Amino acid sequence: MGAKERLVVVGNGMASLRFLEQLTERAPGRFDVTVVGAEPVAAYNRVLLSSLLGGEVDEAACGFRGLDWYAGHGIRLITGAPVTAIDRENGLVVVGETHVLPFDRLVLAVGSLPIRLPLPGADLPGVVTFRDFADVAAIRAAAVEHAKAIVIGGGLLGLEAAVGLARLGVDCTLLHVMDRVMERQLDHTAARLVTAAMEARGVKMLLSANTACIEGDGTVERLVLKDGTVLPADLVVMSVGIRPSTALAQACGLAIGRGITVDDRMTTSDPRIFALGECAEHRGIAYGLVEPAYEQAEVLSRHLVGEEAAYLGTSLATSLKVSGLPVFSAGVVDTPDGADAITVHDAAAGLYRKLTIIDGRLAGAVFVGDISEQARCKEMIRSGAPLTLDDRDDLMFGRRQPQALAA
Amino acid sequence: MTVHVSDATPAVVKTTCPYCGVGCGVLASPDGQGGAGIAGDTDHPANFGRLCSKGSALGETLALDDRLLHPVVDGARASWEGALGTVAGGLRRIAEQHGPDSIAFYLSGQLLTEDYYVANKLAKGFLGTPHVDTNSRLCMSSAVAAHRRAFGSDTVPGCYEDLDEADLLVLVGSNTAWCHPILFRRMADAKAKRGARIVTIDPRRTQTGEEADLHLGLRPGTDTALFSGLLVHLATQGAVDRRYVADHTAGFDAALERAQIIAPSIAATAAATGLAEADVLTFFEMFTRTRRVVTCFSQGVNQSAQGTDKGNAIINCHLATGRIGQPGMGPFSLTGQPNAMGGREVGGLANMLAAHMHFAPEEVDRVRRFWDAPNIITGEGMKAVALFEAIARGKIKALWVMGTNPLVSMPRADAIRDAIAGLDLYVVSEVLATSDTARATAKKTVLLPALAWGEKDGTVTNSERRISRQRSFLKAPGEARADWAIMGDVAKRLGFGASFAYTSAAQIFREHAALSAFENEGSRDFDLGGLAELSDRAYDAAPPVQWPLPKRAADPRKGQARLFADGRFYTFDQRARFVAVQPPALALHPTAKRPLILNTGRVRDHWHTMTRTGKSQRLSAHRAAPFLEIHPDDAARYRLSDGGFARVTTDHATAILEVAVTDGALPGSIFAPMHWSDMTASHGRVVALVRGMPDPVSGQPELKATPAAVEPVAYRSRGYLLTRSATPAPAGWWWARATVQGGSGLIFATQDGSREVALALRGLFPGHEIAEYSDHARGLYRLAAYREGRLIACLAVETGERRPDWEIAKQVFAAPEIEATDRRSLLSGRAQTASAGPVICACHGVGLDVITAAIAAGAGSVEKVGAACKAGTNCGSCIPEIRKLLPAALARDAA
Repeated sequence: MGAKERLVVVGNGMASLRFLEQLTERAPGRFDVTVVGAEPVAAYNRVLLSSLLGGEVDEAACGFRGLDWYAGHGIRLITGAPVTAIDRENGLVVVGETHVLPFDRLVLAVGSLPIRLPLPGADLPGVVTFRDFADVAAIRAAAVEHAKAIVIGGGLLGLEAAVGLARLGVDCTLLHVMDRVMERQLDHTAARLVTAAMEARGVKMLLSANTACIEGDGTVERLVLKDGTVLPADLVVMSVGIRPSTALAQACGLAIGRGITVDDRMTTSDPRIFALGECAEHRGIAYGLVEPAYEQAEVLSRHLVGEEAAYLGTSLATSLKVSGLPVFSAGVVDTPDGADAITVHDAAAGLYRKLTIIDGRLAGAVFVGDISEQARCKEMIRSGAPLTLDDRDDLMFGRRQPQALAA
Repeated sequence: MTVHVSDATPAVVKTTCPYCGVGCGVLASPDGQGGAGIAGDTDHPANFGRLCSKGSALGETLALDDRLLHPVVDGARASWEGALGTVAGGLRRIAEQHGPDSIAFYLSGQLLTEDYYVANKLAKGFLGTPHVDTNSRLCMSSAVAAHRRAFGSDTVPGCYEDLDEADLLVLVGSNTAWCHPILFRRMADAKAKRGARIVTIDPRRTQTGEEADLHLGLRPGTDTALFSGLLVHLATQGAVDRRYVADHTAGFDAALERAQIIAPSIAATAAATGLAEADVLTFFEMFTRTRRVVTCFSQGVNQSAQGTDKGNAIINCHLATGRIGQPGMGPFSLTGQPNAMGGREVGGLANMLAAHMHFAPEEVDRVRRFWDAPNIITGEGMKAVALFEAIARGKIKALWVMGTNPLVSMPRADAIRDAIAGLDLYVVSEVLATSDTARATAKKTVLLPALAWGEKDGTVTNSERRISRQRSFLKAPGEARADWAIMGDVAKRLGFGASFAYTSAAQIFREHAALSAFENEGSRDFDLGGLAELSDRAYDAAPPVQWPLPKRAADPRKGQARLFADGRFYTFDQRARFVAVQPPALALHPTAKRPLILNTGRVRDHWHTMTRTGKSQRLSAHRAAPFLEIHPDDAARYRLSDGGFARVTTDHATAILEVAVTDGALPGSIFAPMHWSDMTASHGRVVALVRGMPDPVSGQPELKATPAAVEPVAYRSRGYLLTRSATPAPAGWWWARATVQGGSGLIFATQDGSREVALALRGLFPGHEIAEYSDHARGLYRLAAYREGRLIACLAVETGERRPDWEIAKQVFAAPEIEATDRRSLLSGRAQTASAGPVICACHGVGLDVITAAIAAGAGSVEKVGAACKAGTNCGSCIPEIRKLLPAALARDAA
């Protein structure tokens, strides 16, 4: 047996770690693995950032694997080290002035960057994003008593940030440019329930709110809306979305679209180089969720050990809790004309369930408050199997005995 | 909800049930809040403490919702002074202009004897009109006529102990298990303890038939053929008591000759009745070989165009065998109403004068002298059917209705409503402001608020001639007054004050008793002379007692259980009469256009037009909507499906009813209950469908055989709406209303889709929290409305094929608090925990699922089911239904 192939993984986020776990489980010791992460700590659970912000968990509780796990599996882990260049011709990864790492195969799991709105005043101190441990630390530092915080962005992360801030006792207002929160996942009714839940948790919600500028003398003092409303603020958290990190790939000439273009085996335009997670674009889609990243990690690990594996995309499903309120969304969100909708709506109980049915097949599901049968919904959307009458009832109310309301 | 307010000290009051003619003793314990605890009176000889489902639920019927609480003249509230003035002035003017016989009274078997007495006296002795009839005409007037033809008097010969002591109980045209449940329990006890056998004779195999040893499902209207055949059989078998016939009767040969023409043999009887010869023979032999036979008959016999002959055909067989007046034997008319007998005693029918006296000149003179009556009538008035027809013809100008709902219960009631509109004066003494009859109008309409059961005070007589006290235990609500007091005030205004100066029911009862004894000396069966000097205190304390109670008896306060033991009857020669009956024939035959025969009757848990039982959620649970029973073959022929709808059409009206397919129905016959009115259903007035051809002797209309057609009716959506107070259905919908625990249930069907229904009904709940489920593609919609966490309403809509099951929703609606899982099940329509299922045992509120669970857990008999879940342990009227659920019954049905 000759020298091991050298595998370098750039990025140590959730996609990266899952890939490493799958790979080492399938083929322990097969590759000489080096992982380079830009953040100073090993991969942690980004989904818990809002809990961390709200003080419900500490950083340690967010971690997945200790350094001993990497060592024990023969993985060299380099943290706090942003990769600066990739030399494809020579098969090298350059980490600033400190490391040059030769590779036979290269996996890019560099994630995404939070979008900063190009607003006047967006660069003032006190304007932060909400993406990593460092952001959380900055927010917590600003969230002193009587502080006023504004979160821009009514997507999942923005909602989570706002709830975390409210839990800290901060006077928190959430601004969203659309007329409903999470518009890509929720229809109006579901969004209203989530909005009500946010308000119940102490967050002021402003919808259809367009920010004109952020103002302050040396630090954030206020935010001005396009309608002229002035909102005092000591802290502005921008959570308006993410952009796949493509700079490194672009610089070395890999094909990119919105993200780094990959095929069904997560292979980039260079057959030795692979990409997965939020930085990758598969069949035109750059996912921003953990579930497709994990599916991609499995496919890539199998591919690298020589198994037949192909990633065919993840059906667009979101299953999460907005500050404890379970929410599920898959497929079509807004029921188109001519489609059937089955709905259950009990606003006072915080319950909403909608199935959208097109041509007798499940096309979408939006659940709030009780997300039971979500797995089956996803499967039926994916398979496109015709729905029986029993299916309609079972998906709506559970098979046989309905399940208790999830909290 | 409004309630009676009472400052009386709560105590247990002995009174009598206001429903059927069994006349059960009831113990009422008023709670001081307008309600009362209800229990059976263990001392009362009619029931010994038992009560049926209806009696048990009396406490649920005392609320004052929908009560008429003040006089109303032409729709506007009026003072008593004004209303009584309107009535008296109207009666006087009409009598002057058109003669007193343009005035009519339509009374009720729900009236107390004292009220009945005053009405009869006022009309027949003072106003001078003979047109006094009563809803008892619809109930037992054929039995009265048969008694009078056979015995010379309207005498029920036997008593309830005879039911305990008989070896054979023949039930003719009687669903005793549902309509006289407490008597049926006595019969069932006799069967269990002594091996008494039960034979039912009825075109329907009812719950009573299910319990019988032999059921004879004869063709409608052929009872006289069966009993003629029996008379022939008795004669040919040498079973006729020749000595009794010779000594105590007359007319045997003619009656037998006629019977031989009608049904000369077993085979002829079978052919005439549609029965199997073997069944006919079995019954004839049972009757022939059993001396202790009681033949009970009820509405299936009476409500017939040949009802009197049917009664006499039965009585003939008892006279022929001398089986009358002795323990454990005799013909026995089971009366339908609590005081039909009392009405007969005072003479409150058009073909009687008073106190079992008729229109012989000496009788008229006797009553005239007793009453000191200025305007005594000298002949019969018009009976109910003719009376209402006379209103339509303009012959009657003034009608005073008391305590009955003829717009629901009279045949061709739609025509009656039209006729009433033409009256110059229409007076209704009523308890409810909303009954169909109270809502009808004439040129001048006066509603007078009367006392209801629990408020009024007086006496009633049950089927075995037993006089019991109905006692007041609730304060009179609003301005309501006793009927006798109202009539007394009208009499005063007409100038008859001296003869109507009554101050108490006891005073009226004494006068009534005195009249019965007046110049009697044993010439009339009805004699209460022993009670004519009853003190007020003794009247208040009076125990139940059976008449006759002649003063000359050794102990005039001690009643008499049986009459005719001595073979002496009240004919001039003291001989009973055999009656040569007419050959059986329906008055109206099915035609190609009206191919079915419509039978009407009752359900277990409702009474008459539901004005009282409709208030009880327990009683409304057993049958919640009007329905039509039809045989599977007929259902298939007319494309009706179980649970679907049928439009029933006769020459007189149409109704739309839920279909119940059952092999208990005879092919060619359909059955619909008579209880639903415009108050409780949109298309449920069944007696309006009925032609009501009167019996030529009794005048009782045929309510059991009207030619009818059926066709399916399809609705796009069906559903229910539960609300805290009654909510009207949108115009054009089919609906039925039933009281549910905690509110009112509306069952509906409509041509609207679920989306339109949602739009129509959602708006009923502005400002409420709304929870809803919709799958409009399947026509499904459910809604629950809350206010401050309390469930205010719930609605379910499904497609037209079936009515959504509302048992789960009813349970949730009844609960004081709502659980999160309940909120969910209102939307899912699925139980979170096992539902009790449709109510079987109304007394204990035990549902089907609870009973089947008890059976599944090993309860293998009715008794064990009762021990496990209490079902069937009170009134027992659900025992047949429980028995059908037992494995043995299932196995038998499968075989």
